[in-house]
Amino acid sequence: MNILVIAEHDNNELKSSTLNTITAAHKLSADIDVLVAGSELAEVSKQAAAIENIKSVISVDDPIYKNFLAEDFGNLVASMGDQYSYILAPATTFGKNFLPRVAAKLDVQQISDIISIESEDTFKRPIYAGSCIATVKSSDPIKVISVRTTAFDAANVTDAEVSIESKDSQNSMGNATFVKDELAESDRPELTAAEIIVSGGRALGSSENFQIIESLADKLGAAVGASRAAVDAGYVPNDYQVGQTGKIVAPSLYIAVGISGAIQHLAGMKDSKVIVAINKDEDAPIFQVADYGLVGDLFEAIPELTDSI
Amino acid sequence: MKILVPVKRVVDYNVKVRPLPDQSDVDLNNVKMSVNPFCEIAVEEAVRLKEKGVATEIIVVTVGQSDSQEQLRACLALGADRAILVETQSLLEPLAIAKCLVNVVHNENPDLIILGKQAIDGDNNQTGQMLASLLDYPQATFASELEIADNQAIVTREIDGGLQTIKVNLPAVVTTDLRLNEPRYASLPNIMQAKKKTLDIMNVEDMSVDINNRLQTLSVVLPEERQAGVMVESVTELVDKLKNEAKVLS
Ligand SMILES: Cc1cc2nc3c(=O)[nH]c(=O)nc-3n(C[C@H](O)[C@H](O)[C@H](O)COP(=O)(O)OP(=O)(O)OC[C@H]3O[C@@H](n4cnc5c(N)ncnc54)[C@H](O)[C@@H]3O)c2cc1C
Repeated sequence: MNILVIAEHDNNELKSSTLNTITAAHKLSADIDVLVAGSELAEVSKQAAAIENIKSVISVDDPIYKNFLAEDFGNLVASMGDQYSYILAPATTFGKNFLPRVAAKLDVQQISDIISIESEDTFKRPIYAGSCIATVKSSDPIKVISVRTTAFDAANVTDAEVSIESKDSQNSMGNATFVKDELAESDRPELTAAEIIVSGGRALGSSENFQIIESLADKLGAAVGASRAAVDAGYVPNDYQVGQTGKIVAPSLYIAVGISGAIQHLAGMKDSKVIVAINKDEDAPIFQVADYGLVGDLFEAIPELTDSI
Repeated sequence: MKILVPVKRVVDYNVKVRPLPDQSDVDLNNVKMSVNPFCEIAVEEAVRLKEKGVATEIIVVTVGQSDSQEQLRACLALGADRAILVETQSLLEPLAIAKCLVNVVHNENPDLIILGKQAIDGDNNQTGQMLASLLDYPQATFASELEIADNQAIVTREIDGGLQTIKVNLPAVVTTDLRLNEPRYASLPNIMQAKKKTLDIMNVEDMSVDINNRLQTLSVVLPEERQAGVMVESVTELVDKLKNEAKVLS
């Protein structure tokens, strides 16, 4: 049973989501090839080759894959489909974008966002914003799966390197062009990989006020997250959004500040190890999932908290 | 320019969904159903393109049971011109839905297809990409801005690292993210008028697509509950607990 894992990277660095996906793959079989497709890949391919317990790395180095545009990227992965029983990618915006194209090309029903592997054809996945967990069994010959990264530990990286094979690219469809990326530059840890996250909600009221969240985060060496309401209101950029339709996180410590705890927000953070909620409404639903709750005004509590750690 | 907007009837986002007692599926008895919020954003975007004079006709389509007509009417009230129900008694998976939509696209030849990035029931995030793939169309998923110029869609996408802008040649598939727009509410006159707009019904059986489900749901259960926590009285107590009890701060 061969598995193809699609590596997420930025042509310089392998993303940790790849390592979580490898761990999920391991629960199915040890025959794991890792596809690294992109442009000028020497460094990233080497990083991938050092992942523990994989069989080989397949590198497809061509400028047409540089920005991972779904049309060409999806066609490439689909062209390799018949050699594999499983194709796995992380359920990040990278994986979500191209993987359904692969599944459609191979005429299989993708299994999205799995959180556990029950057997070779049976998987668990959250539905309805995590209100319920479905166990589903796939009858497709090739299983195309996106993996919820927080549900699987990161695979180890070793000193040994497996072989790196080069593979030819496919013809470009030429129907999509990359214009630009506006990526957040930050010294803070990445949200999905952070040990501690401080998230702010609508209650912050403005981007200026949001700085008290950022100060606390910086004191803790934490990442900053937000509710949809805070993003919609423009206090923080979209990539801060935690939830059903934003990022899924599971840090050791999640501090929710002025966030009510709508199911759509909980969907993104309720697997955190320790949850702290600070809210002035003692009936806020966020307290139902919090390990430690503090009822109070955030504009007093947060500066005090920042000062006392 | 003709725009096709595939939409889905789903449980309203305010409903707390629970499993059936026999755990065979979720309990949808007597719950409020609505247009999937991301689909509403798709309809709104199409209507705005029409108001700007970019689009000339907006067709909404759904693949579902007869009661989905209610959601199609709601979309007509928001400003779509006509509606198509591809009727089926079964609950189809995204791949089968995408195949049905391919048929509709071949009949209607839209220049642009806008759909929601995910439906909040299955949370699959697949249909738009699958449709684009089956048609060999380019796609722009998770759109937060959309502009049409020179027979291309220029789309800003919400990605994990921030924003990305791409250009796709028309015809193309665009899937909506939350920040694309804020959908309007339908006015009473528009709701009345929507009742008179055309709603065609097609049957899935007439489409000769393989709609057999590939996934079998073995069970649907509640997630593990978190242990009840404690309330603290002060910031000092909170810091103490985090350091000495939870040991997540040093
Ligand atoms: C399709 C769809 C997808 C969605 N996806 C997401 C998602 O991915 N992520 C997400 O977060 N949401 C999502 N939502 C939105 C979600 O339903 C809620 O609307 C949102 O999470 C609310 O954000 P909030 O808690 O910041 O704001 P509110 O619900 O307004 O809560 C603000 C809280 O702040 C408290 N407060 C006010 N002032 C103070 C103060 N001075 N000190 C302390 N506390 C104070 C209030 O008591 C209140 O509890 C989605 C909704 C839909 C329909």
